[in-house]
Amino acid sequence: MYSQGSEGLLKQAREIQEPELQKFYSRLTKAFQAKELGHEAIDSLQRLRLILFATKYTRKLPAELQRKILQLLSSPVEHLQVLSSAVLRETLPLPGQELNCIEEGAGQLNSHAAALLLSQAASRADLSSLCAHLLRTLESRQSEALGHSLTHVLPVLNSILTHSPECLTEDHVILLSKKFVDWLRYASITQGGGATSGGFFAGPRSRQPAVVAELDGTVSGDFFTVLCVGQGFTDDQWMNVYSFSILRHWLLAYHSASGGNSTADADDRSEVDGSVVSMVSATSSSSRVLPPKERLREKAFQYCQRLIEQCDRKAQKKSDADLQKACLVEAVCILDCVCVEDPSLVYRTFPCIKALFGRLSSDLSFARVLLPIAQFYLNHGEMAAVDCDVVWKLVFGRFPAELFNDPFLAHELLRFLRLNLESLQQGVPDYTHFFPNLLKLLAWDSPALVDDFVDLLPSLVTAGTAVELLHTLLDLPCLSATLVLQLRSTCLPISEPSGRGLLSLDAFRSPSFRGLFLFLLRGEAGSGDTIDRLSTVHELLAEAADWPRVVHCAQVVPVLLHIYFNTVVKVADEQLFAHLILVILERSSLLLKVPRYVREIHRVFSCHLLKLCKRLPSLVVDQSRELLEFAGATANVYSREEVYTHVVWVLGEYLSVSCDSRCSVRLITSCFEALEAVLFEITSSSPPDGTACPAPRVITTLMSALAKLASRSHDLIPRVSLFLSKLRTVPRGGSVSWCSDEEDLASIVTRGEELWSLLKAPGVAQSVLSPPPHIAAARWHGDTNTAAPLQLRALTNLTLSQ
Amino acid sequence: MVRCFLVHTVCPLPSLGVAAGSESRLLYCRLFGPDEALLAPEQERELSPEERRLLRKEKVAAVARQVRSAVSLSRESCGGAVVEVAPGEEALAVQEAQVGVARLRAGQPFWEELSAVWLAVQSLSFTLVCEPHDNLLLAEGSLRTLGRLCLEQLHLLGPGSEVLLRSQRLDALLSRLLPHGQLLFLNHRFALSLEREAAAACASNRGQKEMTQ
Repeated sequence: MYSQGSEGLLKQAREIQEPELQKFYSRLTKAFQAKELGHEAIDSLQRLRLILFATKYTRKLPAELQRKILQLLSSPVEHLQVLSSAVLRETLPLPGQELNCIEEGAGQLNSHAAALLLSQAASRADLSSLCAHLLRTLESRQSEALGHSLTHVLPVLNSILTHSPECLTEDHVILLSKKFVDWLRYASITQGGGATSGGFFAGPRSRQPAVVAELDGTVSGDFFTVLCVGQGFTDDQWMNVYSFSILRHWLLAYHSASGGNSTADADDRSEVDGSVVSMVSATSSSSRVLPPKERLREKAFQYCQRLIEQCDRKAQKKSDADLQKACLVEAVCILDCVCVEDPSLVYRTFPCIKALFGRLSSDLSFARVLLPIAQFYLNHGEMAAVDCDVVWKLVFGRFPAELFNDPFLAHELLRFLRLNLESLQQGVPDYTHFFPNLLKLLAWDSPALVDDFVDLLPSLVTAGTAVELLHTLLDLPCLSATLVLQLRSTCLPISEPSGRGLLSLDAFRSPSFRGLFLFLLRGEAGSGDTIDRLSTVHELLAEAADWPRVVHCAQVVPVLLHIYFNTVVKVADEQLFAHLILVILERSSLLLKVPRYVREIHRVFSCHLLKLCKRLPSLVVDQSRELLEFAGATANVYSREEVYTHVVWVLGEYLSVSCDSRCSVRLITSCFEALEAVLFEITSSSPPDGTACPAPRVITTLMSALAKLASRSHDLIPRVSLFLSKLRTVPRGGSVSWCSDEEDLASIVTRGEELWSLLKAPGVAQSVLSPPPHIAAARWHGDTNTAAPLQLRALTNLTLSQ
Repeated sequence: MVRCFLVHTVCPLPSLGVAAGSESRLLYCRLFGPDEALLAPEQERELSPEERRLLRKEKVAAVARQVRSAVSLSRESCGGAVVEVAPGEEALAVQEAQVGVARLRAGQPFWEELSAVWLAVQSLSFTLVCEPHDNLLLAEGSLRTLGRLCLEQLHLLGPGSEVLLRSQRLDALLSRLLPHGQLLFLNHRFALSLEREAAAACASNRGQKEMTQ
C-alpha cells in the first residue's frame, strides 16, 4: 500500500531544486525533438507529471517544452496523449494558447485533448466554442461509422451541461435530441464483433448475425438497451449506452427549464381537459408528428418502460443484478422527470410505477430503488389521486427500523427528506411522528449523519411531541447501544457466550426487560414521553458506555439539544416551557454515564434554563415548588453542580414581584430558608467522601441569591448579614474544610464583604440587587439623554472652547 | 457526473513520520470538467490562474481529509481490525472493503452540495465525488470496479509505488470507464470489452519497452 518509497518519491518531487529542474526541462526538450519517442520519453513525461502534481504551487514549464508537449496531444501513441494531457492539466496554459491551435492541428479532437481544453476553459465563451466544435465533428461523421473515437463527445457535453447549459444553442439541442432518439430507440439489435447465429455445422449462407440477448440468456425480442448483452457491440449500441448514461442529466438541463415555465399552465390545462390531452399522447403513432424534444421525451419514456420490464428477469451474473437495480433507479427518476415536464404522462406512467412498487415493497434489498418510487408518489400521487400511505409507512416506518445500518440508504433517505421538506410538510404532515425511527439512523452512524440532522431537526420539533423528542434525544446513546445489541442478538446464537457485552446482551434477550428495550426501539411517537424505569435501562447498559458507536453518539447529542431548544421556544406556549424546565431538573441526574456526556448535557441544560427563564421570568414563580425542591437538596450541590448553580441564580434573579405578581413574601421567605440551609451545610463541613469541594461559584451564587431575596424582603437582611459577618472571621490565608484553594477562599470572602456592606443600606441594596426592569434593561448608549459619549463630548466642547 | 476521483491514504502513518492527525496523502487525483470557478461568484473569478489552481488543490485536499476522518470513525465504530489481504487477492480485498458516503455541504469545500462515495482498502481509499443528480447505486458499482482494477493494474496490495510512477495506466482506465467523469451503465460484457481495451493499451506500452531494451 503506501510505503516509505512512495513517501520518499513525493517528497523528492516536491522539493526538487530549481537548477536540477531546469536541467531536467532542457533534457526533456531535447528528447522530444527526436522523431520516434520510446519508453524513455514516456518515463520522463511521467516523472514530469509527478513533479508538477506533487506540489500545490504551480510550476511553469519553459514555453518551448510546453509547445512540444502540446504537439504530443495528437500523437498516435495513446500513452503520449494521456501523459501530455495530464502534464498540461497540471500547469497553466501558455499565453495565446488558444483552442485554434489544436483545432487547426487535427480536424478531430481526441478525448485527452478535449479534457485539457475543458480543464483550461477560462470562460463560458471557451466552453461554447468547444461545444460547437464537437457538435460539428459529430454532424460531419453522420454518414460514416462513428467509431470509438467520438464516444467522448457525449461525456464532454455532459460535463459542460453541469456548469453552463446555455453553451448549447437551440439548434444544438434539437440536433442532439434527434440523435438521442436514433441511438436510444433505433440501435441495431444484432451483435457486433462478427458473432453469428447458427451452430458449427451451419453453412456460411445460413449464418445470420446473432441477435443480442437479455441478461438471463434468452434472445432479445425488443429494441436494444443497456441491459442487452452480446459477444461484441456495434458503434450505435455503444452510443445507446452513452446516451442513456447522459439522458437524465440532459432532461433535467433542457427539459425542466422549458417545462418549468409551462408546468403551471399544464396543471391548469390538465385539470380542465386532462382526458383529451392524455388520449393524444397515449397513442404512440402520433409520435411521428411530435417536435424533436417531445419525441425524445416519448422515446425516453418507452426506453424506461422497457428497462423496468427487463429488470424483472433474473440476471446470470451478480454485477448485472446490481446494474439492474441501478437501472431501475435511473428509469424511475427519468420517468419522474418526464412526468414533471408533461403531467399528462402521469396517467400512462402510474400503473407501471404502482406495479413496480407492489413487486418490490416486500423485498428490503430493493430499498434504495423504492426511494425514487416514493419521490414519484410524492410528486404525482396527488394528481393521480392515489393513496400513498402504504409508501410512507414503508419509507418512514420500516426502512429506518430494519435497515439503519446501510450507510447509503441512510444518506439517500435523509437527502430525500431534506430536499422534499416542504412537500412533505404539506402532503404528509404526520411524517414528524416517525422521529424515533429517523433517530435510529443517527444513533447508528452519528458522525456521518449529524450534518443531515442539524438541518432536519428543526422540522421535527412540534408542540405535540416536543417533550417526547427531548427525552429521546437525551437517550440517544441508549438507543445506539440497543441497536448494537439488536444486531448482535440476531448474529450470535443464543447459547453461545459472547465475550463482550455479555450482561447487556442477556438483559436485552431477557423477557423481564423486554418492554424497556421495546420502548427504546419504538418506531413512532405518541406512546408516552418516557418510561418510569429509565434508571434500570441505564444500569443495564452501563457497560456500553465505552463502545465507540455509543461514544460517537454521545458527542453529537449536545449539538442537537442546542438546536432543539433554540427551535422549541418558537413553538412552545407557557405550559410547554414549564414542562421543559421540569424535564431539565429531572433528567439532569438521569443520564447514561458516558464519559464527559453528563457534564456536556448539564452545560446545555444550564444555558437553556437561563434562556427560558429570561424569556419568561414568571416561569420561576410558576415552578417555584419544583425549583425549590431541587435547590434545597444539598446533594445536588455535589452531583449536579452546574445545573444547581444556575437554578439558584435563576431563583435569586426572578423570584420577585416585578417578575410575577403572584410572588408573595411567604414564597420569598421559604426560598430564602431553603437556600440558607444549604449554604450553612456546605460551609460548615467538608464534602462527602469522594467528591471535590464545591466550586467557589456555587457559594458566591448562593450568597448573592440570598442577598437579592433579602433586598426584597427586608426582614431577612439581619439573617443574611449574620452569616456574612461570620464569613468575615475566616482567617485570611487560612483554609477551611469546604474550600481547598486559598485564592478561591479569598474571593469568596471578598464577595461576602461586598454583599455585607451593600446590605447595610437596604434601599441601595434593593436598587442594586433587584433593579426595576427599565433600569435593568437600560440601553444607556441608545438614550440620548444619558449616553456617555454624548456627555463626554459636551463636556469636552465646553471645557476646550475656553 | 463525477467531479473528481481520488486515491489517498486513510491511516495514520506514524512509521513514516507523518503526523497521525487528519493528514491524508493524495496519491492520485483526477478532476473532471471545467473549473467550478467559472460559475462562482465574483471573488473566485477574480483570482489569477495560479490562485485558482491552488484553490482547486486545497479543495481536493479538504475532501481527502474529510473522507479520511469518515473512514477512521467508521472503522472505529465497527471495532474490527482491518483485514490484511495479500497481492493476488484483489477481488477479495474489494469485497471485504468498507464503503460509505459522506455529505459534502455546499461551501465545504465545493460551491454546491456534493456526495463523496468512498471505498477503503487497508490504508488507502478510492473516492468519487458525485453530483446531486448522480445515481449512487451506479457510482458504488463503478467505484468497486475501478477499485479492483486499480489494485490489479497498479499492484497496490504490494509495497511498490506504481500508483505514482505509472499513473498513466490509471488515466487510461478512467478515460474508458469514467470518460470525463461520466458514470456509465455497463453490463458485464460492455465492462469486459472496456477492461480488455485498457489492458491492451497498457500491454502495448510494455511491449514497446521490451522491444527497445
